[in-house]
Amino acid sequence: MGASLIGARVERKEDYRFLTGSGQYTDDVALPGQTYAAFVRSPHAHAVVKKIDFQKAKNQEGVLAVYTGADLANAKVGGLPCGWLITDVNGQPMKEPPYPSLAQGKVRHVGERVAVVIAETLAQARDAAELVQVDYEVLPAVVDPKKASSSKPIHDIAPDNTCYVWALGDKAAVDAAFAQAAHVTKLDFVNNRLIPNAIEPRSANAVYSRASQDYTLYVASQNPHVERLLMTAFVLGLPESKVRVVAPDVGGGFGSKIYLYPEDVVVTWASKQLNRAVKWTAERSESFLSDAHGRDHVTTAELALDKDGKFLAMRVKTTANLGAYLSTFSSCIPTILYATLLAGQYTTPVIYCEVTSVFTNTAPVDAYRGAGRPEATYVVERLVETAAREMKLDPVEIRRRNFIRQFPYQTPVALCYDTGNYEATLDAALKMADVGNFNKRKEESAKRGKLRGLGYACYIEACGIAPSNVAGSLGARAGLFEAGEVRVHPTGTVTVFTGSHAHGQGHETTFAQVVADRLGLPMEAVEIVHGDTSKVLFGMGTYGSRSIAVGGTAIVKALDKIVAKGKKIAAHLLEASEADIEYDRGEFRVAGTDKKKMFGEVAFAAYVPHNYPLDKLEPGLNENAFYDPTNFTFPAGSYVCEVEIDRDTGATQVAAFTAVDDFGKIINPMIVEGQVHGGLTQGIGQALTEGCQYDDSGQLLTGSFADYCIPRAGDVPQFQLDTRETPCTHNPLGVKGCGEAGAIGAPAAVMNAITDALGVKDIPMPATAQTIWRSMQKAA
Amino acid sequence: MTVTVSMKVNGKPVSAQVEERTLLVTLIREQLRLTGTHVGCDTAQCGACTVHMNGKAIKSCSIVAMQAEGAEILTIEGVAKPDGTLHPMQAAFKEHHGLQCGFCTPGMVMNALDFAKSHPSPSEQEVRESLEGNLCRCTGYHNIVKSIMAGARTMAGSK
Repeated sequence: MGASLIGARVERKEDYRFLTGSGQYTDDVALPGQTYAAFVRSPHAHAVVKKIDFQKAKNQEGVLAVYTGADLANAKVGGLPCGWLITDVNGQPMKEPPYPSLAQGKVRHVGERVAVVIAETLAQARDAAELVQVDYEVLPAVVDPKKASSSKPIHDIAPDNTCYVWALGDKAAVDAAFAQAAHVTKLDFVNNRLIPNAIEPRSANAVYSRASQDYTLYVASQNPHVERLLMTAFVLGLPESKVRVVAPDVGGGFGSKIYLYPEDVVVTWASKQLNRAVKWTAERSESFLSDAHGRDHVTTAELALDKDGKFLAMRVKTTANLGAYLSTFSSCIPTILYATLLAGQYTTPVIYCEVTSVFTNTAPVDAYRGAGRPEATYVVERLVETAAREMKLDPVEIRRRNFIRQFPYQTPVALCYDTGNYEATLDAALKMADVGNFNKRKEESAKRGKLRGLGYACYIEACGIAPSNVAGSLGARAGLFEAGEVRVHPTGTVTVFTGSHAHGQGHETTFAQVVADRLGLPMEAVEIVHGDTSKVLFGMGTYGSRSIAVGGTAIVKALDKIVAKGKKIAAHLLEASEADIEYDRGEFRVAGTDKKKMFGEVAFAAYVPHNYPLDKLEPGLNENAFYDPTNFTFPAGSYVCEVEIDRDTGATQVAAFTAVDDFGKIINPMIVEGQVHGGLTQGIGQALTEGCQYDDSGQLLTGSFADYCIPRAGDVPQFQLDTRETPCTHNPLGVKGCGEAGAIGAPAAVMNAITDALGVKDIPMPATAQTIWRSMQKAA
Repeated sequence: MTVTVSMKVNGKPVSAQVEERTLLVTLIREQLRLTGTHVGCDTAQCGACTVHMNGKAIKSCSIVAMQAEGAEILTIEGVAKPDGTLHPMQAAFKEHHGLQCGFCTPGMVMNALDFAKSHPSPSEQEVRESLEGNLCRCTGYHNIVKSIMAGARTMAGSK
């Protein structure tokens, strides 16, 4: 039978095409008669659009059309929908302002689309776009979420720029617990705004066929079926059966490619107007201006403890910046995906969180790797470590005193953790990080003029979203199941269609491992297909670390059906009763005998049904399954970070980073490690190098890689990783997901290390050399 | 205003009509349809556009096509053997999981190939410094560094 593929470090099937430059990303697609779109974007953060004069642009050589908001309005094109309805503290629905794909009457952030120029060549389109004259009446802008409610309304529907005030938890019980507390730790901080910056810019290429009256849209998306559903049902009013969406190779997403964007709508609509293929690819500066940004919370957080450091209660108040418009999932990030994680790994009995989400004249904010959970982990782990320091308790010991040890565990913030062993990952991390010898390393660093600090973060996340009924009750307007189809071919190879999407995660390999292992096939016999709505039955897509847990389980359920049918066929071939057929990784055997049929023989029989129970069973071997999870999954872990800060310049390096994660069962450890490396690096970026900044007039100051510093190879160390497994109790693979963990836990670990090194209570992110230097000067 | 440029790309002579302002990467991607070289930014920071010009790694977004007149250009498509066998550096990336989404990968490989010529057994620090001009958002660089350290040694060993 051979060694199991589960847990094997299988090299990736995807790699050959990427290494040889034969991947097909959306901008690589060139359709016959291709035309190119260039958008005219607002240079103002907040303005009335008085007049758009595009005649000169329209007359330029090669220009086919110029469209504005008026054209879309006349065509009755709908605004972009938000997929999650948040109900406020008064039981009222959140404010949902219209979100037009091309500005109608007003622009609300720098970079908002005002017009589109479509021409035969990209150069012609861009040149002509510069000739479009727009008259603006500039209005005062607000970028600071704390100032939003007292600023000029951005949307008529929200006069105080407040989308909703939402709360979770028992406020009275929390206030009472605080009143009794021996100690209260309080922190005010900002979870800094980030720009995802996948290295592949967004791209969309749409073509309408008059012959078959249907559309094909190639788009760099994490979820092509969702893109199709949103665009056809809510925006363009088209039958889904007439629209094919293909998300081919996608160069990273991290959340930013989940959403239905205005550019996708415009090229699709325009392709019909012109009866030509219309392609748009973002320049990086457009990505900075108009991709959904992440994070941007201002928070006051308090932890109440008894005299022994036991957590009594937590109270959190957050103002969350949604940006100028509601992006597809924006409303649920600072609420459902945030407040519900405030228990962390601890038995804090009562928690109360209030969130005010506001509109500002900035790019829309939505999920970015971690989506609410990095913000929650930052609150919890900075409070815990700070409390330990204030109470002169060891930061490890304070955690041990509060760990959850009994599962399932119902938190006071809605979620019920199925299983975990937080002590195990912590002990492993302490050992691997050689914490016992930290002081020696600190002395050695000091000799080299460096301040060395040590920080911890024990994170937990809710992944594998989500049970549809639970999500629906919390406001989700979509289901969050996943779909999988297993097609066995007559000669025994298998094609699997998954609603999950891979944009770096290696599903073509990992999912093939699951299928090949189950069916007793070599990896080469299993093909994983994703990303094309005309091939794949349905899918909610990839985000929230849901693919292996939800997408993988859908495939397993389809495999169950395949095996069940296979048993019937095998029983007939073996002239035995179905109840006597055992199945094990490719072999159907009559129990207690050596009579067997191999998977390939059963497959062939299904398609050449001559010796076959046709009176009872259809031919063929093709099954699908839709899997709706019964709970979230709860990956968790312990991170240990050591930093070195140059005493003179404040320049900071992560000297060492140890991560021990519990992702449940692991299918391909090599791929999982890669996900953690990437997540940790983004988390380190948030802590040390990345910070999106707008000036007070709403101009984006950090508009290129020269100003917005995503980590380079020299900014991060080699990571030390390990895992512990407490298998997920509610999916057959026992998997929890791993894609976001690093980004969730790293910022707190890094900032705990920096504050330890400096001996200060708090320091803002990003802790650039300048920020740290200033802090050191102030302290001196 | 168009001009004719001629050069060799992956060993083959090519000739194309370009505007004076047409970037080399645009010629490579749009006219030659060699789409393995990628555009990831507009400020010459990300390195996804890296090719070799006369044997040296350059960012093809940073020169106009005219500046490559008469040059020998090597793109990622010209690295593997004609029968498809991966170059040792490419094989090292595959073995060590040095790529995830693949978008920065051609630039990483092209940069690494040039670096490895002068660094047959590079240290981790040297590799990290050599990657200053190549951004990756997926991998955290950990396995890219491992790949390049291994690939360089394999290349040196097979000389």
